[in-house]
Amino acid sequence: MNRFVIPLVVFALLVVVFAIGIEQSPDKDLIPSPLIGKPAPEFSLPSLTDPGRRVSSAQLRGRWYLFNVWGTWCGSCRMEHAMLLRIRQAGVIPLIGLDWKDDRGDALSFLKEEGDPYQSIAVDHDGSEAIMWGVYGAPESFLVNPRGIVVYKLIGPITEEDWERQILPRLQAGQKPARGASS
Amino acid sequence: MGTLARCTVLAALLASLLSATCAYAIAPEQMPTPQLEARYRALIHGFRCMQCQDESLADSPVNLAADMRRQVRQMLLAGRTDRQIRDFMVSRYGYFILFKPPFVWKTAWLWLAPGVVLLVGVIAALTIIRKRAALAARDTEDSDLLDV
Repeated sequence: MNRFVIPLVVFALLVVVFAIGIEQSPDKDLIPSPLIGKPAPEFSLPSLTDPGRRVSSAQLRGRWYLFNVWGTWCGSCRMEHAMLLRIRQAGVIPLIGLDWKDDRGDALSFLKEEGDPYQSIAVDHDGSEAIMWGVYGAPESFLVNPRGIVVYKLIGPITEEDWERQILPRLQAGQKPARGASS
Repeated sequence: MGTLARCTVLAALLASLLSATCAYAIAPEQMPTPQLEARYRALIHGFRCMQCQDESLADSPVNLAADMRRQVRQMLLAGRTDRQIRDFMVSRYGYFILFKPPFVWKTAWLWLAPGVVLLVGVIAALTIIRKRAALAARDTEDSDLLDV
């Protein structure tokens, strides 16, 4: 009797351990960002469309924005573009672009042909700003609230579902005046 | 020294040379002093490349790894400590970027599990060995009786 009890208990424990492991195994492509709930990085970078002007986090304080990291070299960003244009049309939240290690001419002609969904676009020519945001692929999008806190990070192209289930609800919850007595 | 031994030594030397050149082919950047160079090498070997996740920043050929190595170099040249650099990387990319995660509440099971498993194994082995020994002793007693 005792001979079987111990191996069975050990086996059952292993099953539990592996089940938890499989259930909770994170998708290796989706690494949770430590920036969530923390202040978004401060930045002040030249604007893509108007190099004399700067795009900075200080200008954006006090309102929601969706910070979208992209580049014309990135295929998924091109796939995402139609959705970005729809977001612009919805007019609920401004899109701030970070043109990541891109060629300025390529970026401008791409936007001219496909349409420009961004309110402003900051240029990260050497890739150092992307590191500040913990970016490891494009596209990546960060939802930032009026206090400058990163509320949500989306890795990969934004889909209709992401927009409706992840971004809009957070935006609406944050905009309810009853809750945000501090803002 | 026999021919075989000499060949082995030569092969080992060649292999080490090859691997050294490979590492530097990916991360050829040089630091101004040997001390900084040593710290730089140690740091970039300890960070995971976020795009090709089983490689370190030192071994990865991708652009992002080169950018992150530049970040490490700039911080070293600005006089930051290894710890400040590690904390910076963790604050942007999470513990996932460290090949050797720290011992914190969240990672405790990771560090403790091997010890627990080893302990269970040792206890199981001792129990089995003791039982076997007891059986063997009884066996010889029985055979002694038979002989009589």
